[in-house]
Amino acid sequence: MTDQHEPSNEQLLSLFERMTLIRLMEERLRADAAAGRLPGAVHLYIGQEAVAVGVCANLRDTDWITSTHRGHGHFLAKGGDPKAMMAEIWGKRTGICKGMGGSMHVADLSKGILGANGIVGGGFAIATGAALAISLLGNDRVAVAFFGDGAANQGVFMECLNVSSLWQLPLVFVCEYNHFCEFTPTATVTSGDIVDRARAFKIPCEVVDGNNVVAVFNAAASAITWARSGKGPAFIEARTYRIQGHLESEDLFLAGGKYREKQEVEEWRKLDPIARLANFLVSQGACTTSQLDGITSKIAGVVEDAVKFAEASEPADPELTFEVMFAGQRP
Amino acid sequence: MARKRYIQAINDALLEEMERDPKVIVFGEDVELAIFGDTRGLLERFGKNRIRNTPICEATLAGMAVGAAATGCHVVFHMMFSNFIYTGFDPIANQMAKLRLMTGGQIELPITVIAGYGGGRSTAAQHSDTPHPVLMNLGGVNVLVPATPADAKGLLKTAIRDKNPSFFLEASGRGGDSGEVPDGDYTVPFGKATIARSGSDLTIVAIGSMLKPALGAAEKLPSAGIEAEVIDPRTLVPLDEETIIRSIAKTGRAIIVDEARDRCSAASHIAAIIGDKAFSNLKAPIKRITVPDVSMPYAPNAENRVLPDEGKITQVATELVHSVPAAAGKRVA
Repeated sequence: MTDQHEPSNEQLLSLFERMTLIRLMEERLRADAAAGRLPGAVHLYIGQEAVAVGVCANLRDTDWITSTHRGHGHFLAKGGDPKAMMAEIWGKRTGICKGMGGSMHVADLSKGILGANGIVGGGFAIATGAALAISLLGNDRVAVAFFGDGAANQGVFMECLNVSSLWQLPLVFVCEYNHFCEFTPTATVTSGDIVDRARAFKIPCEVVDGNNVVAVFNAAASAITWARSGKGPAFIEARTYRIQGHLESEDLFLAGGKYREKQEVEEWRKLDPIARLANFLVSQGACTTSQLDGITSKIAGVVEDAVKFAEASEPADPELTFEVMFAGQRP
Repeated sequence: MARKRYIQAINDALLEEMERDPKVIVFGEDVELAIFGDTRGLLERFGKNRIRNTPICEATLAGMAVGAAATGCHVVFHMMFSNFIYTGFDPIANQMAKLRLMTGGQIELPITVIAGYGGGRSTAAQHSDTPHPVLMNLGGVNVLVPATPADAKGLLKTAIRDKNPSFFLEASGRGGDSGEVPDGDYTVPFGKATIARSGSDLTIVAIGSMLKPALGAAEKLPSAGIEAEVIDPRTLVPLDEETIIRSIAKTGRAIIVDEARDRCSAASHIAAIIGDKAFSNLKAPIKRITVPDVSMPYAPNAENRVLPDEGKITQVATELVHSVPAAAGKRVA
């Protein structure tokens, strides 16, 4: 893969803003989950923001993504509306899926977001199908499949590597190696290197520091350009870390059991992708700390507005279940 | 009208729909060679962008059908034998059947899955299943069981033009059966049963491949003084309950013939509906003629032992009509 191009200062500030939006939305959801205010479980993206934002900054609204059950970050990075996402998680009719999907299923087709997915590895084949449609319909879109290291052990991963490479589909695989498969450290259930699985299909691969948004941005720029130009699929493995648990209420049922040491989490906190970008921007003289603080407080207002919107919205319409099950047909 | 074979009617529908709509694509294992005959000639006419062989990876193919349909293609996914629906079942059950609801109605999924079902040809247990009850229970997919060439063509066209996922289940080994097919372009609506034969003493609801033996039995029953009405639901989701209930109101007796295993079959579902909505019309217990709860054996004589056929239908019908209703404990099947 070629065509390296560094992001401009303006782009970097935009990346900072989008990462901050994800972080503050997730922090707010963490608090609301702990307070028992949300109807369902949430799987938070804290610590992984650089991956979704670095990749999606290279995408157009018309490009497609599939996401994971940890999908809030992808939704927001691809341009999804914070209010509509928050209302969805609150189970309100103003939610992006009208309260029918919830946290694990936020989707906005108008933004190319085919949806977060509650099935680990569920997005691979959908993204591959979207890439097939792109190639058959003859447009210059690309499809991106975000997935975790846990999903990489699903058989469909191999199947989609095979078929996308065979048919040279415009598809970018983005493996977010966050070190955990739900409650199990990846290394204890994974043989070999995930990236080697893609290499076996002659797919160009790049392993990047997933907590460095510039590195992700550059790798994604190359991979997406490659795929868009009709050369076939590309693969990125972004090494990152899941700061939160698999889901927010897990302490309740882990009953004191643990799958990692606190110290490990603290070590990774030192590599916080947002703090690293902030330091980089300030050290480069691209902006001042107070400018970044200004962005953060503006985003805090966006999050507050999203929560107020969700709280004030009407609950979901139960009858809608019957109306939307099929297109133009009652169940 | 022209006389056509079942498989030819399906082939015609595919050709005509691909001609009509450039967004219709066909993919699946070995579709280019058309081992069932239903995709014959498509490759020569439309090329590999419109029809192509895939790797053998049903789970991925079912998921790809979802992705391609959600983003603009009108997908026909040929799964060959219906047992392979199980191989690809995760995306069928978790994505295809659910994404429309989960996205609040944002997604349209114009997908037609074709698969051959049923036994009777010594294909053994892994190539003879009848998964329509499993599919009926998913909630988010239509289930089509055309029994005649005319309905096969018309229902397939409706499925391809529909915005929802549909499973078009072909009766395996019945491809050579022929029947009258209307000329020109026509469709058959979902959720409309047909009365294949009128009668006043008994209603036989015959599902898919069971229409032929049911009609065969109905032709023999007049010699026992029984005029059977034979209903072909044609689609199981949606199901035309009204036509079935109306018939029971007239006849007061019901037999449902289904090639699925008995437990939680289409037959048991329809029996429950009759019990619920036509109870006061019933003169006798509702009877199901189905495959026992066993896997399909290989040997022809063992297959015959478990498959419903004309003789079993005739026997059950005769006993049902001629038994005294008060003898409620009497077993008739």
